[in-house]
Amino acid sequence: MGERILMKGAEACAEGAIRAGCRFFFGYPITPQNEVAGYMSRRLPEVGGVYLQGESEVASINMVLGAAATGVRAMTSSSSPGISLMQEGISYIVGCQLPCVIVNFMRGGPGLGGIGPAQSDYFQATKGGGHGDYNLVVLAPSTIQELVDLMKEAFEIAERYRNPVMVLADGIIAQMMEAVEFKYQVDPESLPPKSWAVGGARGRPKNIIKSLDLVPENLEKYNWMLQDKFQQAREREVRYEEYEMEDAEIVLVSFGTVARVAKKSIEEARKRGIKAGLIRPITLWPFPEEPFSRAIPHSKKFLVLEMNAGQMIEDVRLQVCGARPVQFKGKPGGTVFNPSEILELIISLEEKA
Amino acid sequence: MPKKVVINEDLCKSCELCVSVCPVHVLQISQRLNAAGYHPAELVNEEKCTSCAACARICPDAAIEVYRLVKAGQH
Amino acid sequence: MNEMVWKPVYLRPKSLARVNTHYCPGCGHGIVHRLLAEVIDELGILEKTVIMAPVGCSVLLYNYFEVDAVECAHGRAPAVATGIKRARPESVVITYQGDGDLAAIGTAEIVHAATRGERITTIFINNANFGMTGGQMAPTTLIGQKTETTPYGRSAERNGYPIRVSEMLATLNGPAYIARVAVNSVSNVIKARNSIKKAIQVQLEGKGFGFVEVLSPCPTNWGLKPVEALKWLEENMIPYYPLGEFVGGGA
Repeated sequence: MGERILMKGAEACAEGAIRAGCRFFFGYPITPQNEVAGYMSRRLPEVGGVYLQGESEVASINMVLGAAATGVRAMTSSSSPGISLMQEGISYIVGCQLPCVIVNFMRGGPGLGGIGPAQSDYFQATKGGGHGDYNLVVLAPSTIQELVDLMKEAFEIAERYRNPVMVLADGIIAQMMEAVEFKYQVDPESLPPKSWAVGGARGRPKNIIKSLDLVPENLEKYNWMLQDKFQQAREREVRYEEYEMEDAEIVLVSFGTVARVAKKSIEEARKRGIKAGLIRPITLWPFPEEPFSRAIPHSKKFLVLEMNAGQMIEDVRLQVCGARPVQFKGKPGGTVFNPSEILELIISLEEKA
Repeated sequence: MPKKVVINEDLCKSCELCVSVCPVHVLQISQRLNAAGYHPAELVNEEKCTSCAACARICPDAAIEVYRLVKAGQH
Repeated sequence: MNEMVWKPVYLRPKSLARVNTHYCPGCGHGIVHRLLAEVIDELGILEKTVIMAPVGCSVLLYNYFEVDAVECAHGRAPAVATGIKRARPESVVITYQGDGDLAAIGTAEIVHAATRGERITTIFINNANFGMTGGQMAPTTLIGQKTETTPYGRSAERNGYPIRVSEMLATLNGPAYIARVAVNSVSNVIKARNSIKKAIQVQLEGKGFGFVEVLSPCPTNWGLKPVEALKWLEENMIPYYPLGEFVGGGA
């Protein structure tokens, strides 16, 4: 701790998980995040953990379900098409009330798409993805340091609510290198045992991990109980960043790596006297509300920037609720923003004001 | 109540598999009805029964327990 | 001393829950559940056992055994079992799956658990149809057999040939025990029990993957009475699916 190491995002994610007490990784190779598996396959045996390459993403998410059912910290990582394959498993993990962490390093889609970075799984992550009524807490890091910091929180949130947590990053974060510091070290043996877990020698009544209930009235009750958990998460887990927002008239809204580029453009805009600012959601679910209600009085326009064809903008519009115009610029398919094009957008919005 | 073959009538589903495998044909389906609406099987000739437990081993509902009368101390 | 006492010859296994099952009269699941419970009792592994429930008629099997259980998505039981066994190697992990679960949607999962030599045990119930959903064609349905989705009888030209799962898995190096048994007669039931015990023992001894395919009657979807169903099994299934130990046989 205190030491800064230059690491690739995918590897830092893996190291962060291990330091957060995760000893079980099940995954399948997919670009642009193969380094996670490679790193895990080297490091986990060093700490007495298990790395297993599943035969597919479908198998991998079900291995995570199995390990999580025994009460251990388990995770998987993949990229967009693989995350699609995992949706059934995610729904089952929610229904079984098991904690786990799933990392999506998004890439261009739909279909096989491309290997460039994207943010086009926002809907999939925040509006379901799998079947049934449920939500996942979705964490969107913007830097590798933030990714590392959020890995520990992800496991804690997962166990707090007995629900999967998704960390939504992109191919840029996976592949770039930055200096990171690991500020934590969790010993999995120090974690409290789970009374609901299966496996091992017992001395207690049997535990059944399941999501089936064939009596509709019972399943309805179960659903409302799950919804209570999600409501608690809405009240307690919101995370966001406000950048230059005190008097912002042009409010940019972006998440992940796009926000980093946006900050650069805002710096430049401010130098030219334009009052630009940024709201950066860190939890995409639950989506932040307060920074929007604070921003509306002094703002003139909102500009949503995403590496997709328009997904988070719907949640922004819900928060702004017609009070101000909301513009959009998107980059689906693997292309990226650069600071000068965002600056031009800000300038043109300012001129039309 | 028979002692060699003890049938839990509430578990029996009247599938007749025990009747069909009994080598000495001492089981049959009774006229009684259990709570589920099935006619349970019953042992009709305890003397002929050899306690071979074929019935217990084929029963899908583990409804049958079998005992053998032996001399005390005998294996 | 000429005193006579009653000695138990067969008692209901303790690891079988004392409840009525939802299975049809004469269903093979009932027999195999009983055999598995007998083996769990005999090996004294009740406290350590975790069983995976599949999707199929036996979806509710966690109500019938006094052991920990995890419900799995259709076909995924071997993957879930892998996660459990890797996290808690001291557990005895058993998957129990039917034709759809194992031979249709779950073919990747069973092949890879087997080839990894995963220290788990799989009991595969082969009754030549998809029972729970009303008797549709399964990968194990025989040529000529009529089902809900092969009303004219399965034809090789339209629907391909049935899969012999035991022989297929026996080509892999990971399995330590593979056997095909049947529950159509008392002597076969006893052999089935012995195979189930061996398949669990290879797990206890850490030798590799254990697998037992059980040819099992489905009177309801075959449209036969239970006693007739046993005969149909013997005359039609055993010739195509030969009984025997394919891996790890002998001793």
